[in-house]
Amino acid sequence: MDSFIVISLIKVAVLFAVLLTTLAYLQWVERKVIAHIQVRPGPYRVGPHGLLQPLADVIKLITKEDLMPSYVNRTLYLAAPFIAITMALLSICVIPFGPTIEVAGVRTWMQMTDLNIGVLFVLAVSSMGVYGIALAGWASNNKYSLLGGLRSSAQMISYELPLSLAIASPLLLANSLSLREVVGKQAGGVWTWNVLHGPFPQIFAFLIFLIAAFAETNRVPFDLPEAENELVAGFHTEYSSMKFASFFMAEYANMITVSCMATVLFLGGWTPPWPAEYGSRFVPTAIFALAGLVALYHGVNYARRRDKYSLPVFGVIFLAIAALFLLPMVQGWLLPLFWFFAKAGAILFAFIWVRGTLPRFRYDQLMGFTWKFLFPAAMLNLLVTGFLVAWFS
Amino acid sequence: MDLILFGIFAVVAVLCAINVVVQTHPISSAISLVGVMGSLAVLYLLLGAEFIAAAQVIVYAGAIMVLFVFVIMLLNAGTEGKKGRSLMVQLLGAPLLVAFLGLTCYFVQRLFPQADEVHFGGFTGGTAKAIGEALFTTYLLPFEVTSVLILIAIIGAIVLARKEMD
Amino acid sequence: MSTVPISYFLTLSAVLFALGVAGFLFRRNVITVFMSIELMLNAVNLSFVTFSYQLKKVDGHLFTFFVMVVAAAEAAVGLAIILTIFKNRKTLNIDEVDSMKD
Repeated sequence: MDSFIVISLIKVAVLFAVLLTTLAYLQWVERKVIAHIQVRPGPYRVGPHGLLQPLADVIKLITKEDLMPSYVNRTLYLAAPFIAITMALLSICVIPFGPTIEVAGVRTWMQMTDLNIGVLFVLAVSSMGVYGIALAGWASNNKYSLLGGLRSSAQMISYELPLSLAIASPLLLANSLSLREVVGKQAGGVWTWNVLHGPFPQIFAFLIFLIAAFAETNRVPFDLPEAENELVAGFHTEYSSMKFASFFMAEYANMITVSCMATVLFLGGWTPPWPAEYGSRFVPTAIFALAGLVALYHGVNYARRRDKYSLPVFGVIFLAIAALFLLPMVQGWLLPLFWFFAKAGAILFAFIWVRGTLPRFRYDQLMGFTWKFLFPAAMLNLLVTGFLVAWFS
Repeated sequence: MDLILFGIFAVVAVLCAINVVVQTHPISSAISLVGVMGSLAVLYLLLGAEFIAAAQVIVYAGAIMVLFVFVIMLLNAGTEGKKGRSLMVQLLGAPLLVAFLGLTCYFVQRLFPQADEVHFGGFTGGTAKAIGEALFTTYLLPFEVTSVLILIAIIGAIVLARKEMD
Repeated sequence: MSTVPISYFLTLSAVLFALGVAGFLFRRNVITVFMSIELMLNAVNLSFVTFSYQLKKVDGHLFTFFVMVVAAAEAAVGLAIILTIFKNRKTLNIDEVDSMKD
């Protein structure tokens, strides 16, 4: 009992340290990727290649003046960012990042806890997240905030339906609601992942899930609640300092959760794309070694003066990571983590890529799209999957 | 441990329920009602009803109450005035209510003196699998009837909403 | 391992139901009255789940499930009616919507 509590506390500490760092650096990655899509360098001043920019942003947000408008509903105004960030961080608890590991003689899963109703837990928590945004819009007592809050609650209720229906079809194949078992059923290779696995590949469910996830996290092209050219900043117009940062972090935490869910449900979680005996365990080494060599090459033939020092350092770090993946004693837990984060990272990159590419929807198009296309498509997919599962089992 | 958890969430549920009744602004009542539903979900978990607990949060707190909050925001409903309900309700309401509560508690104590004590894990039949099996065998007809009911409700809501657009 | 008597759950359910009735009787905002009804439904659901524990059967959970479904349908239609009332009468006070009396 006591060791259970100690292990859980250690897991919480590790998980939240990693999650909050990822949140901060996801922002840096997003600014860099968008900048390169728009052919400009992006953050470059604070630290080498702007790597200390997230730290500077955090200091800026903490030390800013915490404004409290006089006409707001105080209780709900203060509760709203708290609800948003709590619900965003909570659902990461049931995501399995890898199989069991053994540290100092203790065997444990790379997961906070596995619930029998894991998928339902994630859905429940994410459905509570809408209160943060709706209440922020209402309590601010500002018409732009109110419109943003109204839009977001309508949008999140509408897109939750196709999202849940898309989640239901891989669960039919897995025959379980526990996320750990869902991953366990997909072990083997890319052809046994739910996205490609027969009798009916869930590629449509995957696409519907991704589209609905863009809307659930209020990202471009569905970021109507914070459309700045018509609603100032939408629901968080009246918020400043750390309260604004809470909404900001909640959005990024939701993105991470949704990417992890897509990885677990459709892309086989931590399992490698082909079995380890055919060489999949050398893939991370090859990737990192290649990145290290490219960095070294550009450090020698530098384009900007500061690259002369920064890029060789990065190259050496990448080569060290590549060597780390070859050590047999850490391979057991490092490889699953690598595959999990590679898949989740690819989906996160898609989020950023879409933001740099697509314009925003009009509000009636947004609602028409989910009710007239996405919802029937998800329903049809679930129906066909159900029939095929019943037929082949 | 079970008793402590029950105590905490029962107190939260009752306090939130009192808040639902005494708050003058509907949005405060709505948020308090979400609090009641959340604590009830925890109590359901204690009773081994894991699927119902999740459904409680998803359907009640996450969908129905969001709809309430949405309508309150849409109508921009203000606080209630001080004028009370009719005289008969004011005079008879509270005494009758207390009498009803006392009677119910008396019968509960009277009829369940030696019933089972609840402890976590005492009943594990509330899984999604068990509920699904019961739903599609014993309760198949009610299940289909509720689906028709929902269809009627959807059509009714559309008709009511469409009338005001003209 | 401390345990909780069944009667505590049923008493809690009764208290919540009585509070719902109180809201239904004393409040005049039609949305709050509607929410009081939801509170009563929730109180009854707690009884169903408790009885299910006592009988070690899953049937009580099914009743709770059906109550939730009906509550969802009720909320959709009820809130549409409230919207129509507000559009026509410009009030949410339940005592002012009484033209059928005269």
